[in-house]
Amino acid sequence: MGLPSLASLVVSPVLGGMVPDLTAAMPAILFWVLTGLAVGSAIMAAIAPRIVHAAFGLMAAFFGVAGLYALLGSDFLALTQIIVYVGGILILIVFGVLLTGRAKSQLGLEKPSSRVPAVLAGALLLAGLMIAIFRSDFGGSRPMAELPEPKATTAALGRAFLATDQYLFPFELVSVFLLLALVGAAYLVRRRRDAS
Amino acid sequence: MTPVSLPLASFLGDIGLHHFLAVGAVLFCAGLVTVLARRSAVGILIGLELILNAANLNLVAFDRFGPAPLRGTVFAIFVLAVAAAEAAVALAIILNVFDSRDEIDVDEITSLKG
Repeated sequence: MGLPSLASLVVSPVLGGMVPDLTAAMPAILFWVLTGLAVGSAIMAAIAPRIVHAAFGLMAAFFGVAGLYALLGSDFLALTQIIVYVGGILILIVFGVLLTGRAKSQLGLEKPSSRVPAVLAGALLLAGLMIAIFRSDFGGSRPMAELPEPKATTAALGRAFLATDQYLFPFELVSVFLLLALVGAAYLVRRRRDAS
Repeated sequence: MTPVSLPLASFLGDIGLHHFLAVGAVLFCAGLVTVLARRSAVGILIGLELILNAANLNLVAFDRFGPAPLRGTVFAIFVLAVAAAEAAVALAIILNVFDSRDEIDVDEITSLKG
C-alpha cells in the first residue's frame, strides 16, 4: 500500500468532510502567497534603511517572481530566473555592497527630503497604472482556470532559439553582446599596476 | 471584466491577466521609488533590477494569456541576458568610481555637471 493511500485511509475518517477540497482553489492560493512574497519584499527593497537589507529583499522578490513564472507555465524561465538573478546578479550586488562598504551612502536614505517626493511619485504612478489595468479588458482575456494546461516550454524554446527562421540571429547577437559586456566589465575593474 | 454576484470572491478566486499585470505594476513602482529615493549607486541598481523583473512578469503574463505562445518568454530571456550584462558593467563602473573618489553617493558625483 502506497504512502498517499495509507495517509488518506488514516486521515479521511478523522477529518472527513471537515477539510474543504482546495484543489480547485490552489492556483489562486498560490498566486496570492507568491504575490505577497514578491510585493512585500519588493517594498522592503525599496524602503529598507540599510542597503544589505534591500539586497535581501530583492532576493525574496526574485523568488516570488520566479514562483509567478512557474504559475504562468514558464518552467524554464522560472529556473533561469533563480539561476541568473539570485545566483548571478544578486551575488554581484552583494559584492558591490561589500567592496564599497566604506562609503557613507551605504546607509542609503539619510535625507527624508528626497524620500517623500519619490514615494509620492511612485504612489501616483501606481494609482494611474491600476486604474488603466482594471479598466481595460485586454480583448476579453479569460481567467486562468479556463485556459488550456500549459505545456513544458524548454524543448520548444530550444528549437525557437536555434531555428534560422525564428530567433537564431537575435540569439547569437545577444550571446556576443553578453561576451562583450563581460570582457568590458573585467577590463574596467582590472588592477592598474602603474596607478598609485 | 464580467459582472458577477460576488465581486470580492471573484477577484480573489478567478486569477486573470489583470492580476499579474497589477503585480507587475506594484513591482515597477517599488523599483521606481528605489531608484528615486536611494543615494547609493548600488541601491539604484537594486531598483533597476526590480523594474526589469516587473517588465518580464508582464511579458510572461501576456505570453500565457495571449494568442501567440512562447513569444513573450523568448523576449523575457533576452531581457534577462541584457540585465545580466547591465549589472556586470554597472558594478564595474561603480567600483571604479569608488576607487577614485571613495564615494558612491550619486548626489556627490557631479564632475560632469555643466
